[in-house]
Formats: sequence, structure tokens, C-alpha cells
Amino acid sequence: MSERQDIIRIENVRFAYGERPILDELSLTIRRGEIIAIMGASGGGKTTLLGLIGGRLIPSAGKVFVEEQNVPSLSKSALYALRRRIGMLFQFGALFTDLSVFENVAFPYREQTDLSEDMIRTLVLMKLEAVGLRGAAQLMPSELSGGMARRVALARAITLDPSIMLYDEPFTGLDPISVGIIGRLIKRLNAALGMTSVIVTHDLNETLRLADRVVVLSAGKVYCDLSPDEIRASTDPFIRQFADGLPDGPVPFHYPANDYVGDLLAS
Amino acid sequence: MKADPIALLTSLGHAVTSRLDRLGLATRFAIAVFSVLGVVFVRFGLIIRELYFSGVRSLSIVIVSGLFVGMVLAVQGYEVLQRYGSTEALGVIVALSLVRELGPVVTALLFAGRASSAVTAEIGLMRATDQLAAMDMMAVDPLARVIAPRFLAAIFSLPLLAALFSAAGIVGAWIIGVKLIGIDDGAFWSQMQASVDVRIDIVNGVLKSVVFGVAVGLISVFEGYFAVPTAEGVSTATTRTVVTSSLAVLLLDLVLTVMMFRGLN
Ligand SMILES: Nc1ncnc2c1ncn2[C@@H]1O[C@H](COP(=O)(O)OP(=O)(O)OP(=O)(O)O)[C@@H](O)[C@H]1O
Ligand SMILES: [Mg+2]
Repeated sequence: MSERQDIIRIENVRFAYGERPILDELSLTIRRGEIIAIMGASGGGKTTLLGLIGGRLIPSAGKVFVEEQNVPSLSKSALYALRRRIGMLFQFGALFTDLSVFENVAFPYREQTDLSEDMIRTLVLMKLEAVGLRGAAQLMPSELSGGMARRVALARAITLDPSIMLYDEPFTGLDPISVGIIGRLIKRLNAALGMTSVIVTHDLNETLRLADRVVVLSAGKVYCDLSPDEIRASTDPFIRQFADGLPDGPVPFHYPANDYVGDLLAS
Repeated sequence: MKADPIALLTSLGHAVTSRLDRLGLATRFAIAVFSVLGVVFVRFGLIIRELYFSGVRSLSIVIVSGLFVGMVLAVQGYEVLQRYGSTEALGVIVALSLVRELGPVVTALLFAGRASSAVTAEIGLMRATDQLAAMDMMAVDPLARVIAPRFLAAIFSLPLLAALFSAAGIVGAWIIGVKLIGIDDGAFWSQMQASVDVRIDIVNGVLKSVVFGVAVGLISVFEGYFAVPTAEGVSTATTRTVVTSSLAVLLLDLVLTVMMFRGLN
């Protein structure tokens, strides 16, 4: 029974860029219908993890099951069939710059369905209304602010009502009101459509309000896997550093480097 | 500094393998692009925009250049032909030079600078801003949706542009030769018609254009697709498109010319 409920299952995955390991024996199971937040230091491999789930990156070892299919071993057509049920919001929106806001959101309908023009128009306007940007339908991406672009990208990501949504930092660069709107939208989509949401984020407040489960990555592994309440109550120094935003603690702020003084004197 | 022979050898080896690597990458990429070309023929609308951007927008530069080149050919040709007293052959000389060589070659060089560089920059920026990744995640193949139409547009555009270049060149030569210098109008055209052969000259010229279109088109999409996703990476890729395309066109022209015209007559 529990097998059926696991929509994403990551088993002992390793991934490296060149010599540098990013994920190391990482295992994680995500259940159908839940909202899971992935947190961790910048450069810790969160975007990489989403890439593995979506089949854009291939692990050097381990398995990635999405809806019981091992993603790295899928043929191109099977992978594309799976991706029709996955929506992804990219860190910087990734809107098509040669298409208007309307056409960006209409793109998945035009590519993947045979809907009539009237039907597409109605659906696109509904999606844009959901993110509060119906009035911006005729603007070009270059005329949008970063936050608006993210909301349009969200509207585009949900066009085909995916069963899994991957969000790469949906809140970064948004004003507090938009953060609230997007947060509620994610929650509503999850409830109404039975979606499963994987959210990579640095916004702890919103995460604690939104997520069913918070996974913190460290050193390429799952450091902890807790409910929001457990995070709030935790006394673990690593988690407190995250929760309270302290610069010093178990998480180094610096990218690995040579000795600082030695580096300065070397010139 | 003392040259370390081992280090020298290593860097030489690295230079060779990295170039071979890139060649292999380009070959696999070309095969992948060719395998999705069918999709574009089914959705022909995708090519229209690219034909407009690459082809139609190159019209003015191609026609104006053709006119100038034709005029220069007329002045130079007349000067030489005069010594042999056969100035009526001006039309033939100009037409053959244009249709066989200058039309396909100069048009391909202009195309590389005007259209291919833009294609590389556009695709490179799409990669840098995750647009290709987003498309891929929407289960839309960027090779079929973005790369193939731009590649085909180059193949379709080049022969047509080269034909216009040659036509403009002949008009330019006519203006100089007939209107200004005063060569006989009838002789100019009739000698040209009698000496330009459809198969040998026109078909071969068009064939050259098609081959150049394949080369220039492939180079531009390849450089864009594999551009390093930064501002500098895209600008480097753009430069490389123009340089590589130009060299490829000139080298291919030599090979094709030898194959097509050696041993004629
Ligand atoms: N294409 C690439 N080539 C080489 N290294 C890369 C590449 N992409 C990412 N990396 C490296 O992999 C590491 C993990 O990157 P990733 O994007 O997954 O981090 P992240 O957790 O999403 O960080 P952030 O919170 O800053 O977005 C980074 O240290 C980065 O330097
Ligand atoms: Mg990231």
C-alpha cells in the first residue's frame, strides 16, 4: 500500500560535476499529495536534485523513481510522457523572451493539446487570473519585473494541471504580499488538484506555514526530515542556524578555498 | 622560463583531444538534428518566422552587395576584354562569375555575418536563461522546436538569396556596361543566354548554395546550443560562428569547385 503512495523515491543517488561531488548517497521519499520543502545552503545541490527528479540530469549511481518509473533509464518518449505530468518553475522564470505573456502561458496548450483557440484563450486567462496577471497578458517578458515574471512562469507551469510540481525558489525576489499569494496558490493547487509539490526555498517563514515536511540537505545528504513544528522546536545547532539566519555555525558561508591570508599574500 | 617537454606534450595532446571531442559532439549533434527534421516539415509554420528573420531580413544587404559586386566586375571585366576587342562578352564573364562563384560564396559569407551570428546569439541566450531547459521540461524537444527550424531556414534561404545576389549583380553590370560604357544591349544579353548552361552553371551554383546552407546553418545552431551560458560565452560563440562559417564556406567552395568544374571542356 505504501508503495502506491510514494510518488517520488530517490535511492542512494550520487551526482558530481566533474570531480566535485554534489549529492552523495542521497535517499528521499515523497508521498502523493504532500508539500515538501527542500532547504540547504546555497550551492548545496537543491536545483541539482530537481534536475534529477525531472530527468534533466543523470545520477552517476542510484535510482530515481517517479510514479514507479526509473527516470534515468527512460527512453526519450517515455521521459517526455512522464514530463507532461510534471510542472517545473525555474529559479529565474525562464519565460520565452520572444513570446508575449499570453503566448508563454498558451505554449503548453499549443504544443501538447488540440484545443480550439477559444478554449485556449479561456484557459490562459484563467491561469493568469490565478496569479493576478490577467491584465499583463499582452506584455512581453522584457516588460515584466522579476516577481511578475516568476508569477507568469508559475501560470505556465500549471497549464496542463500536472500531478507533480517542482518549484525552484518560488519566493526569492518577491514582495511579502506576492510571497503570501504564491504560497496560498501552491497550497490551493495542491489541495484542489491533488498535486504533489516539491519546493526548493530559502524562505523559512513561508516554508513553515506551507510545507507538510521540511528536508534539509547538507554535504550531499539529507541532514534531517522534519515537520514544521519539529523545526520550530528543534535545538539542533545546524537547524537553528537556518531558522535564525546566523552567519556562523555548522554551515560554512564560504565556498571551499585556500587559506585567506595565504591567498592575499600570494600575489 | 624553461620549457618542460612533458608539459608541452600534455598540452598538445589536450588540444588535439579536446578538438576531436568537439568534432565528435558536433557529429552527434548533427545526427540528432537531422533525425528531428521530419517534425518541422509536419509543422511548417515553425520555419516561416525563421525564414523571415534569416532570409527576408537579409534581402537588402544581399541585393545591395550584389549590385556593387556586379558593377565592379563590369568595370574590371571591360578593362580586360577591351584589350582583346571582345567587350560584348562582358555579360558572359559577369554572369558566369556570379552564378558559379561569387553568388553562392559571397552570399554565404554575408549570411554568416548577418543571420547566422544572430541565430547563435539567440539560441545561446535561450540556453543561458534556461528557456531551452524549460521547454525540455514541458516535454517539447528544443531540437525540433528551436534548432531544426533555424537550421532548415538557412538551407532554404541561401540558394534563394544567392540567386537574388547574382540577379542584382547582373543588373549592376548591365548598368555599368550597357548604360554607362555603351556596350551593345543585344550582345550583352544574347551572349549571356547562349553561354550560361543550366546544368553546368546554374544547377552547380544552386548546389553550392545548398551545401553552404547546411554548413552555415549547422555551425550557427551548434555554437548557440553549446554556448557557455554566460554573456561572455554567448559573445565568444557568436564570433566563432562567423569565423568558422566563413572558413567552412571557402574550404567547401574549393572542394566543390574542383569536383564540379575540373575537366570541363
Ligand atoms: N553546469 C554546472 N557545471 C559545474 N558545476 C555546476 C553546474 N551547475 C551547478 N554546479 C555546481 O553544483 C553545485 C550545486 O548547484 P545547485 O544549483 O544544485 O545548488 P543550489 O542548492 O540550487 O544552490 P542555490 O540555493 O544557490 O540555488 C554548486 O556548487 C555549483 O557550483
Ligand atoms: Mg538553485
